[in-house]
Amino acid sequence: MPVKVLVPTPLQKFTNNQATLECSGNSIAELLDSLEHSCPGIKSRLCDEQGQLRRFLNVYVNSEDIRFLDGAGTSLKDGDEVSIVPAVAGG
Amino acid sequence: MTQATTTQQATTANFTALKCKECGAEYELKASHVCEVCFGPLEVKYDYNKLRLTVTRETIQAGPNSIWRYRPFLPVATDNVIDVGTGMTPLLRSQRLARRLGLKKLYIKNDAINMPTLSFKDRVVSVALTRARELGFSTVSCASTGNLANSTAAIAAHAGLDCCVFIPADLEFGKILGSLIYSPTLMAVKGNYDQVNRLCSEVANTHGWGFVNINLRPYYSEGSKTLGYEVAEQLGWELPDHIVAPLASGSLFTKIYKGFQEFVQVGLVESKNVRFSGAQAEGCSPIEEAFREGRDFIKPVKPNTIAKSLAIGNPADGVYAVDTAKKTGGHIEAVTDAEIIEGIKLLAETEGIFTETAGGTTVAVLKKLAEAGKIDPDETTVVYITGNGLKTQEAVQGYIGEPLTIDAKIDSFERALERSRTLDRLEWQQVLV
Repeated sequence: MPVKVLVPTPLQKFTNNQATLECSGNSIAELLDSLEHSCPGIKSRLCDEQGQLRRFLNVYVNSEDIRFLDGAGTSLKDGDEVSIVPAVAGG
Repeated sequence: MTQATTTQQATTANFTALKCKECGAEYELKASHVCEVCFGPLEVKYDYNKLRLTVTRETIQAGPNSIWRYRPFLPVATDNVIDVGTGMTPLLRSQRLARRLGLKKLYIKNDAINMPTLSFKDRVVSVALTRARELGFSTVSCASTGNLANSTAAIAAHAGLDCCVFIPADLEFGKILGSLIYSPTLMAVKGNYDQVNRLCSEVANTHGWGFVNINLRPYYSEGSKTLGYEVAEQLGWELPDHIVAPLASGSLFTKIYKGFQEFVQVGLVESKNVRFSGAQAEGCSPIEEAFREGRDFIKPVKPNTIAKSLAIGNPADGVYAVDTAKKTGGHIEAVTDAEIIEGIKLLAETEGIFTETAGGTTVAVLKKLAEAGKIDPDETTVVYITGNGLKTQEAVQGYIGEPLTIDAKIDSFERALERSRTLDRLEWQQVLV
C-alpha cells in the first residue's frame, strides 16, 4: 500500500535527490525493507548495527512520533505520511 | 535569501572542522548539523595546541567586557563580531538564599540580566549570527520556546539581517511581545515546541536560511561555553565544585561542561571534578526519567508545565546531559509547577533577582538537592539563572499578593501599615482600608 515518505537532505543521495518518495509496507519495519529495495544502502544509514533505528533520528507517522506509537512495529495504511527528521537542538 | 557558499577562514581562527560527536566523521565548516553517516550531532573541532600557546589569562582579561573576550574559543573567523554587550553577567555570592538552604559557598550566575534580551540565549545567538554573516546568510531563523526568538529577532535587527522566527502559539505574552517589537516575521505555530522544531527542520533546507538551532547549531551551541568560562574567571580562575543548571534540550548543560574542560586543557585553570546537576519540570522531564531509570536513551514526552522555556519533550542533547551528570557524580531532579513558583519567589525574596519559570525550576531543584543532603554545604556551588521573570509574569500572577490600595491621607496609610503587620497580606488583599 502506498505511503508517502519525506526524506531528509543527508539521505537524498540515495533517492536521486528526491525529498519525497512513494513506498509501501504494512509497518515501519516493512517500510524500511521496501525503502532499502528501491534505494540500496539507505537502511544501513537509518538503522544501527543491531538493526534498530538510530537514536538521533525521529520518525513520524502523520505527525506523531513513532515512539508514542508502536516504534518500528507501528502499522501503516494507505495514504499515510512518514517523515524522517534528524534531531535538532532546542531553545 | 542567500545560501551559504564559501567559508572565509582567517589565519587567526582556531577551529578546523565539524566533527560527529558519535562516530567521529569530519566535515567542512559549513552550515550543517547532522552527520551524514550516523545522524549524530556535529560539533566544532579546535586546535587546542594552538590555543594553549596563544591564549593566557592576561589576553582574555585584555579583551572586551563581553563573551567576545573568549573569541579564540568560539567558532568565528572574523574580527567583525556582533558585540551587543552579551555576557560577563554578575556572579553573585549568595548570602540569604545560601543561609536558607544551609549552604556556605553558593554563587548565582545571573543571566536574567544578560544583554540585549535578558536570557542566556543572547550568548548563543551572538555567536550564531556572527557565523551566519560569515557564511553568507542574509536571513536568519529559529524554532524557539520564546527566549531564543527574542534574542534572534533583537540581534538580527542590530546586525541588519532579515529574520523569521517560529514559536509555539501558546507562549507567554511577554515572550511574544519581546520578539514582535524587533519586527521579525513571527510564525506562531499551533502545536508544541517539538512540533515547531519538526516543521523548521523541514523548512530549513528549502529556503536557504540560517536556522540558528538547526543548520547553524554546531556554531550556535558553542556560545553556551561562555557560561562556563565566565564562572571560572569570576571565581578567580578556579572551577567550582558543583553546578546546578536547567535542562531543556540539554545543550547548555553539556556546553558548560565543555567550557570547563577546555579551560583545563589549555592550562587556564587547574583540573577538578565539577559535579553537574540538572533541573527539569515534572510536566516535561524526559532527561530526569532517563537518569532515574539508568537509561542511555530518551523516551520523548508531551510537555505540560508552566516552565515553557524548558518544555522540550524530545531533547536532542538529552543523552549527553544524562552522561555528564552520571560521570561527574551529579544528580538530575524534577519539580512540580507549584515548587517552580515557590522557587521564583524564594530567589526574589532572598536575593532580589526576578527570574522566569526556568530559573524557578533551577532554584527549586537546588533547594531539593540541598534538603536531601546531595550538596555538601562546603562545596563551591554555582546555580545558573538563565532568564528574566518579567517575561513570564502569568506564571506568578495570583501568588504574590496585591498592592495595598489606600487614600492619599496619613491615617489611611497608618491603618494599612498596621493591618499589613498584623494580617497575612494575602488574606486582606482585596480590602480597601
